[in-house]
Amino acid sequence: MQPALKGENDLSLNRRSFLQVTTAAAGGLLVSLYLPRITSAQQPPAPKVYPPDAFIHIATDGKINITVNRLEFGQGVQTSLPMVLADELDADWSQVTAELAPAADVYKDPLFGMQMVGGSGSIAHSFQQYRELGAKTRAMLVAAAADRWQVAANQCRTENSVVYGPNNRSARYAELANDAARKPVPDKVALKNASEFRLIGKPVKRLDSPAKCDGSQKFGLDLDLPGMKIAVVAHPPVFGARVKTVDDREARALAGVRDVFEMPLEKGTGVAVVADRFWTAKRARDLLKIDWDLTGLERPDTAELRAKYKQLATTTGNVAATRGDEKALDRIPQPNRIVAEYEFPYLAHAPMEPLNATVNFQGDKAEAWVPSQFQTMDQMIIAQALGLKPDQVTFHTEFAGGGFGRRATTDSHVPKEAAVIAKRFRDTPIKLIWTREDDVRGGYYRPMHAHRIEIGLGPDGLPSAWRHVIVGQSLLAGTPFAMMIKNGVDETAVEGTADTSYNIPNFHVSVHHPTVNVPVLWWRSVGHTHNAFVMETLIDELATRARVDPIAYRKKLLKADAKKLHSVLDLLDQKSAWRKNLAAGRAVGISSHESFETAVACAVEVSIENKRPKIHRATVAVNCGLAVNPLSVESQFQGGLGFGVLQLMAQGAITLKDGRVEQRNFDAYTPAYIIDAPSAVDVHIVPSTEAPTGCGEPPVPVISPAVVNALSILTGKRYRTLPLVSV
Amino acid sequence: MATFHLNINGSEKTVDVDPSTPLLWVLREELKLTGTKYGCGISACGACTVHVAGIATRSCVVPVDLIGDRPIVTIEAIGKDPVGRAVQNAWIEKDVVQCGYCQSGQIMSAVALLKDTKKPTDKNIEESMGGNLCRCATYVRIREAIKRASQQLG
Repeated sequence: MQPALKGENDLSLNRRSFLQVTTAAAGGLLVSLYLPRITSAQQPPAPKVYPPDAFIHIATDGKINITVNRLEFGQGVQTSLPMVLADELDADWSQVTAELAPAADVYKDPLFGMQMVGGSGSIAHSFQQYRELGAKTRAMLVAAAADRWQVAANQCRTENSVVYGPNNRSARYAELANDAARKPVPDKVALKNASEFRLIGKPVKRLDSPAKCDGSQKFGLDLDLPGMKIAVVAHPPVFGARVKTVDDREARALAGVRDVFEMPLEKGTGVAVVADRFWTAKRARDLLKIDWDLTGLERPDTAELRAKYKQLATTTGNVAATRGDEKALDRIPQPNRIVAEYEFPYLAHAPMEPLNATVNFQGDKAEAWVPSQFQTMDQMIIAQALGLKPDQVTFHTEFAGGGFGRRATTDSHVPKEAAVIAKRFRDTPIKLIWTREDDVRGGYYRPMHAHRIEIGLGPDGLPSAWRHVIVGQSLLAGTPFAMMIKNGVDETAVEGTADTSYNIPNFHVSVHHPTVNVPVLWWRSVGHTHNAFVMETLIDELATRARVDPIAYRKKLLKADAKKLHSVLDLLDQKSAWRKNLAAGRAVGISSHESFETAVACAVEVSIENKRPKIHRATVAVNCGLAVNPLSVESQFQGGLGFGVLQLMAQGAITLKDGRVEQRNFDAYTPAYIIDAPSAVDVHIVPSTEAPTGCGEPPVPVISPAVVNALSILTGKRYRTLPLVSV
Repeated sequence: MATFHLNINGSEKTVDVDPSTPLLWVLREELKLTGTKYGCGISACGACTVHVAGIATRSCVVPVDLIGDRPIVTIEAIGKDPVGRAVQNAWIEKDVVQCGYCQSGQIMSAVALLKDTKKPTDKNIEESMGGNLCRCATYVRIREAIKRASQQLG
């Protein structure tokens, strides 16, 4: 059916004014955020003592509630971190429950120094922390039991929430909890050997599954508080536009409308509508007649940007990687050279749960409920908007219906809008809802990119010279992270290329970061979304040209020390024997990529149906160090592949004309449905006892190049422009 | 505003709302049945799927004044139905959910499919589940869970 879009308003964001505040208030905090990523798995978490009582509550009925210092938004951390703690605690898993932590210093990421989910760091950074919490609590329970029985602690053992002592004595944790709480928290504690794990490394089902199958799980959008009002905001049609005049007479005439007022946004201004119910608020917003002031605003046009980016890519940018001889390419004879140009569109995250935030301003304090990936930032910015200090804002982390980076903004613009509105309604909880149209048109996209690559092949069929130019907006420019841009290079634009593990002797990567009036943001797997596509389609093309098996070719070209990548290619080779035996009309595509310290290789079986790729199956090999919950790792990879298919969807693009976003909803910006995603995905994990690395983002980069590599076999064409409008 | 008497999950409920209000927002805001989700408002994602007289229906585009006396079943009550219970159990057994936001709608669509087609083929599944978007892309396990529920129901 045709959606009724008449009267839908646009939105915008306004970052600049607020970012200055943010930078001043939080610069030091945020500097530490980005740095550790490269070395996170090698570094143990900062030696900080965490009070167990902030994380563990053992009730007298034997229930053990574990507080999770992360947002749960699908990645399964609300199960995996409690598993880690419960294992070292020797807790009875059937009695374990888990809840999401409110914003507080103690729940900050041990490496990032901020309470957040991002960079696939939840398990990687909190594994050690949660093990120690479990082990220390166990030691305190044992000490309490040993005291009670007048025996030495080392004469006691624990299992399933019970301490066992000499002479058949035993005591349940629930009986010991009060005594244990009076024991000192040990400074150091022995952790289990891997062979002693009872939960870690075993497939454990999610704790939140039952509530998510019967409708009882509450998400941020489901919040219902006494006296609560609903707010929607009419956002500008062009980013940064301001309200010139507004006629709100019809809107105000609707029963249930409480207020209509102009409000400042991150950039420009908007009109807020507050009503008793969502449907009233939305209808009232549709009735607003707003005249917008677009004076002096850049009105981006993606067709023009493509031409501009393509031109820029023919010139050298800021140097991101350089090794060997820059002139080597020019000495290679023309027949052994390849020139390739790629284009990538803006992408919206479009999590299933539309963006929302609820704030109740109570004068000298406030309460907020936000499905947030950046609790520390969101709490601080809500406080600033209300004239309060962060610790005057009680901040509840609400379950989120997806996020993929969209709920981690450096300007916290959605919670801030809620706070600005709530300030006018003292002692009234205000739930701000962004409609799907607000979300799709609202910016904060994965940036558009152009790549231009010149490759020179050596006599062995391997690339001996590689010159690569990337064009795309910087994610970090204009944010508190801007100081992370080094020599004009934003690492998030070049990750996956500049740091490639392929051994190319003469290798040069540079980047241009144009400024465009479109807000951009990290999108699940960030720069790897486009860089892996470019690298893995080109390497595949070179393998085809050299007539070498694509797995063998990759292994030949990889550096010897790229151990994780070698391990996944070897495992993939073993597990994808099916690829030697394909039905007519089908082809197999290969890709491999390492991101966030997790290596992935995949083989996909593809045919062409109705001029679209049909992905019949995918076999995936993963090296993520120790797989804490293999069932969850499998789940992330099965789903992450389907998520990545968005890049190939015919309508997988956000475009702008005359400054206005042309898509409004899923009818025009269309992620993968069941028919588009792989029909079957088998996931194989390289056995490992190394430190665990993340699995949220690494699945995403591999799928689109693998599918396209299969398509190239079927059609003989190369696919370098996304979205994939036609095969 | 107008008064509507609705048959929701087997009991009669009375609401006083604007006649244009979609059933979704009546369920969520008037009746506090928040298991049914808002995802798009244009019947493009299926997160709002409920059963209206046994038919899987996108509640975000059905105005309340079109419902009449047709019985409505939502995710909160689908477990009382043997097929509904089997689907929920299969979802849990296969550990389908990730963020979980779309899963009420997925389950309501799957129940409607299995009531209609006891032994669905992959093609049946793709057709019946074809309009239910899952941004976490839990589709592989959704397929497995539907087959598992079908098997359990015999």
